[in-house]
Amino acid sequence: MNKLIRLYHQIGSPPSFYQISGYFLKPLLSLAIVLFVYGLIDGLFFAPEDYQQKDAYRIMFVHVPSAWMSMFIYALMGLAALITFVWRIKVAEAVMMASAPIGAAFTVITLITGMLWGKPMWGTYWDWDARMTSELILLFLYIGVMAMYSAFDDDPRKAARLTALVVIIGLVNLPVIHYSVYWWSSIHQGSSVKIIGTSGIKDWDMLRPLLVMALATKFYYGYSMLHRARSYLLKTEYKKQWVHLILGLHETKEKTNE
Amino acid sequence: MTPTRKRRLIFITLITVGIAIATAIFLTAFKENIMFFKSPTEISKGDFPQERNFRIGGMVKDHSLQRSDDSLEVTFMITDFAHDVKVSYEGILPDLFREGQGVVAIGQMTLSGIFKAEEVLAKHDENYMPPEAAAALEAAKEQKN
Repeated sequence: MNKLIRLYHQIGSPPSFYQISGYFLKPLLSLAIVLFVYGLIDGLFFAPEDYQQKDAYRIMFVHVPSAWMSMFIYALMGLAALITFVWRIKVAEAVMMASAPIGAAFTVITLITGMLWGKPMWGTYWDWDARMTSELILLFLYIGVMAMYSAFDDDPRKAARLTALVVIIGLVNLPVIHYSVYWWSSIHQGSSVKIIGTSGIKDWDMLRPLLVMALATKFYYGYSMLHRARSYLLKTEYKKQWVHLILGLHETKEKTNE
Repeated sequence: MTPTRKRRLIFITLITVGIAIATAIFLTAFKENIMFFKSPTEISKGDFPQERNFRIGGMVKDHSLQRSDDSLEVTFMITDFAHDVKVSYEGILPDLFREGQGVVAIGQMTLSGIFKAEEVLAKHDENYMPPEAAAALEAAKEQKN
């Protein structure tokens, strides 16, 4: 128990977070690359074609994991925002702000791949369907979060607190995205992969690349987010001694000690 | 937990609950507008806008598709297995359009009770499978009948 409490405090303190997260970067990136390469080759070349869509369905190996990530990242951002708002932990601020651009990128990929698939399959690139509209709102939320933060960037801590509030309010959109295809009649199909109940994809050769890609995107997010969070901490804590130690600015360190 | 943190936690919980309730009320109030399409049953009840485009969704009824010999005009029935609506359309149908498949048609109801579509979208379901699996499923269905 004491070890757990110690770990908790270590992760919460910027210098030890910086140090501990450093060990994870390389393994996370390597795992992500290996799984991406395997998942894409498996999905694009070896998975069997669909009985109706033929090869066109293969875009789902990019679309579906990106869509999962766009929501997963927002949920994590929401958790970080709650910790930022209530406990004012700097590491949580860093995780929150580091996640936003990655989440926005995954949302853009989701929307673009969805449009490319929609044209041949549905017959239209875009329609104001509940699923598509709520996913577009998610993109605007990500952009809004980043804009909000940069509007107050002369005081990063205040900016993070205000941004956290926006992030938390935006959490309302997550269940709307998920249930949009069930609450309203919509052109977007329901979830093909379900944790509870029978999935719409029963063929293991089709499901495997999808799950591998889902893991790859998670690892990539882990790598990218930690990397960005570390830079965030260096930038916002640049006056602190530990940053000077890391950057090898020993001379300035002695001055700040006096 | 210190009193300040407790206060902040209560504050943020109240805000979240408030926003969630507001969103729920908003979405319930505009449920009709968010609905992407109307079903043939709703249409049979006369529940559709006059002289304005709207969407109708359902399955293409089996053996109802008729193509014109000298133009791109097609007519077919959209069904929700309770009611049918006859649709006419002139243009290129999407790849996934076929009998027994879900579709959404955008257009207006004419006085003769035929829905004149300006655009037809195919709706895909959440089932993905290799052709062999689909064939096996089909064979099993035939056997049952």
